[in-house]
Amino acid sequence: MLCHTALDRAALVARHWATHDCPVVIHVDKRVKRKAYDGLLQALADLPNVRFSGRHACEWGTWGIVAATQEAATIMLRQFPQVRHVYLSSGSCLPLRPVAELVRYLDERPRTDFIESVTTEDVGWTIGGLDVERFTLRFPFSWRKQRRLFDGYVRLQRRLRFKRRVPAGIVPHLGSQWWCLTRQTLSAILDSPEREEIDRYFRRVWIPDESYFQTLVRQVSAQVESRSLTLSKFDFQGKPHIFYDDHLQILRRSDCFVARKIWPHADRLYATFLSDDPGNQPAAEPNPGKIDRLFARAVERRTKGRAGLYMQSRQPNENWENGRTAAPYSVFEGFSDLFDNFEIWLGKATGTRVHGHLFAPDRVHFAGGDSVYNGAMSESPEMRDYNPKSFLTNLIWNTRGERQCFQFGPADNQALNQFIAGDSNAQISVISGAWAIPLFHSNRNFGDIRREAALLQKVEADYLAVLRSSWVKARVRIWTLAEFVENPMEPLQTIVDEISPRSLRRLTEAPRLADLTGFGQFLQNLRNQGMQPVLMGDFPTSGALPSGNARRGRPYLVK
Amino acid sequence: MLRLARKRWLVRAFRKRRELQAVSDRTAQIAPDQILLYSTFRNERIRLPFFLNYYRDLGVNHFLMVDNGSDDGGREYLATQPDVSLWTTNHSYKRARFGVDWLNWLQFKYGHDHWCLVVDPDEFFVYPFCDTRPLRALTDWLDASSIKSFSAMLLDMYPKGPFDAQPYHEGQDPFEIAQWFDSGNYTIQRNKKYGNLWIQGGPRARMFFADLPERAPALNKIPLVKWHRSYAFSSSTHMLLPRGLNQVYDEWGGEKASGVLLHAKFLDTFARKAEEEMERKQHYANSHEYRAYRLAMAKEPDLWCKWSEKYINWRQLEILGLMSKGNWA
Repeated sequence: MLCHTALDRAALVARHWATHDCPVVIHVDKRVKRKAYDGLLQALADLPNVRFSGRHACEWGTWGIVAATQEAATIMLRQFPQVRHVYLSSGSCLPLRPVAELVRYLDERPRTDFIESVTTEDVGWTIGGLDVERFTLRFPFSWRKQRRLFDGYVRLQRRLRFKRRVPAGIVPHLGSQWWCLTRQTLSAILDSPEREEIDRYFRRVWIPDESYFQTLVRQVSAQVESRSLTLSKFDFQGKPHIFYDDHLQILRRSDCFVARKIWPHADRLYATFLSDDPGNQPAAEPNPGKIDRLFARAVERRTKGRAGLYMQSRQPNENWENGRTAAPYSVFEGFSDLFDNFEIWLGKATGTRVHGHLFAPDRVHFAGGDSVYNGAMSESPEMRDYNPKSFLTNLIWNTRGERQCFQFGPADNQALNQFIAGDSNAQISVISGAWAIPLFHSNRNFGDIRREAALLQKVEADYLAVLRSSWVKARVRIWTLAEFVENPMEPLQTIVDEISPRSLRRLTEAPRLADLTGFGQFLQNLRNQGMQPVLMGDFPTSGALPSGNARRGRPYLVK
Repeated sequence: MLRLARKRWLVRAFRKRRELQAVSDRTAQIAPDQILLYSTFRNERIRLPFFLNYYRDLGVNHFLMVDNGSDDGGREYLATQPDVSLWTTNHSYKRARFGVDWLNWLQFKYGHDHWCLVVDPDEFFVYPFCDTRPLRALTDWLDASSIKSFSAMLLDMYPKGPFDAQPYHEGQDPFEIAQWFDSGNYTIQRNKKYGNLWIQGGPRARMFFADLPERAPALNKIPLVKWHRSYAFSSSTHMLLPRGLNQVYDEWGGEKASGVLLHAKFLDTFARKAEEEMERKQHYANSHEYRAYRLAMAKEPDLWCKWSEKYINWRQLEILGLMSKGNWA
């Protein structure tokens, strides 16, 4: 048992093993203060089958830990001849199942060595990119205290293509430090005639505690079971996950023999697992799947996060968002100008939440005219324009699970054009030039209309230029007004199918087209006044348009 | 530049130390590794008992409190508490940069190498697993992960109906009354100079600052720091120096662990407080905030709306995306 902190807990666990007839050899890090060490000696003084080995300084990643293990293992083999399996554990390990079950388990497998041992090519878990290089470079500097020198020296060696010679017969393997080896295997490693040479080599290997026994066991063992009996999970920085009281149930159900590492103040875990309740469970195989998933999720949360979430501890740089928004949504430009009551129709046809012009200058037009919306978002245009990106990402985040659609137009705040165009969750449909229809219907002086039209056309043209950029990730569809009016059902069907692919109904009811009688003439008037309306496409000046049908007040059916 | 600013705050804190007068100095009890809580207050007597007990239960070992001229018996009450060291001052709160100078000094003197939690008496710290793991579990994990500062955004809690409908009584959990919060109307900007985030929004922005959102109070806070005597808070606990400590957020898509400070400001005590603070004129930006409150208070505001969220526990805040477990599992 290798200890360096929380010696009171180590004493508790050592006592548990020892009183269940398992001899214990304890190594205490040399850096532990004398007083604490003496306290541990005192605490275990009454136990005849507990020994202490000579102390080494165990800095992480260095040889000290292997030296300590070797010495302690030697004592174990020499002083307790009845021992058949030696289990390497730490002061923060905790047995999860009755000792008798572990003993029985090992009795049934008297020749098996449990040690995770994987060739360097096959490991995916090394942190910092050092795997084979652990064996072929030199590491004279401390990783913890001299990180710059450490990294610099590694870089230098790489550049010089420096390579250490790996001793003959050694095939580097890596694996968890916590193993359980048989007397035969362990003694073969410790009493090997070449041990001196091998030790000299491993002294300069990086993190030898994860490779020394893992490599040598391959030479001497008849039966290697490449897994650790100790449940020990590492996070993305390579430090072990810690178990707390609230992990009690999940630890119990894991059926693992030993877990690491336990928070020293997890009173309930220590009390529960070190008590002698005969939990007569069936002799199950260890099954850490649930815990694996728990920790895998934690690592994923830390490295990838929740898509579309912007909060106090997640503020991704541009293009590192893993999704700019939380869910798909649709933006409609021109539709509510061309159709009467388009929002109501769309809501019925797709079963989604359809807002008005969310970015309108007068206020935020939430669905149903609400003044506050999901997440307590305000309708105040000042608040929206203060940070439009937060506004949109909040809206999509708050309504996860319910698709949002909203209207957009050249009169609205254009600040988010680039953001939305680069968002793969956005579905953007534009009928270009449709903004002219409300102008056409308005009762304003023609001079004003002309000025307004020129402005809106300019804004929309800029927007269309953005939507046609090569970097756009949104699903973009653009029609001119003339194109769309000619055949409105087909595009509508496509859009609706994309929004709710499962329904796959044919649209039976079309939204009602606005009255376009005389619209062609209106455009001609604009031209005559010196403004060139181009975004509508080719509208004939005469009123011969299919839109004339709509005036009859009867929606047409598509069979 | 920032180094100079930091030195300046520290010198300022050193000068302001004379304004503090010890009422009960129990700092000799502070043992290495203990978790310390720092706070300034004025006339918060009614809140103090619950405040102390809340943080004692989390595992705070010692309270270092600065009383700014209370006359409601709060000072006398705290002087009798065995785990509180108390200082008092009648000097200007505003000129001590809203108490920051005083606390910077006390942290410099007593906080070095301790985890220090800096909160107001109406702020209640919630962190991942706070219902099953003590604060020590969090700080141990932060130590093991080499994390020195921990973010907890301010979350304004409010009752349904007028503030004074349910009077708060001493010792009561304020969140029995102020149960509601806004779940998703927060705006975030990055402060390039200091590297911190600037978060605004919530019910205060929605009700009191809807037409002047840039004036809405900042909600980003970094209340928990493994203190070093060279550190300094530069503007309340919104940001601190050196600026690396403000990097409590991940920029590459991941989530760092974070918590929330539940803000029990909006109780029946609020109207009186707003009046008092207006008269003292001791608050930030010419007490603009309090002026806005007073205007709105005349209309008996109800912060509650149909999208208000009722507080359940930290897991709810996690799911809503207001805080994160990060890679703590």
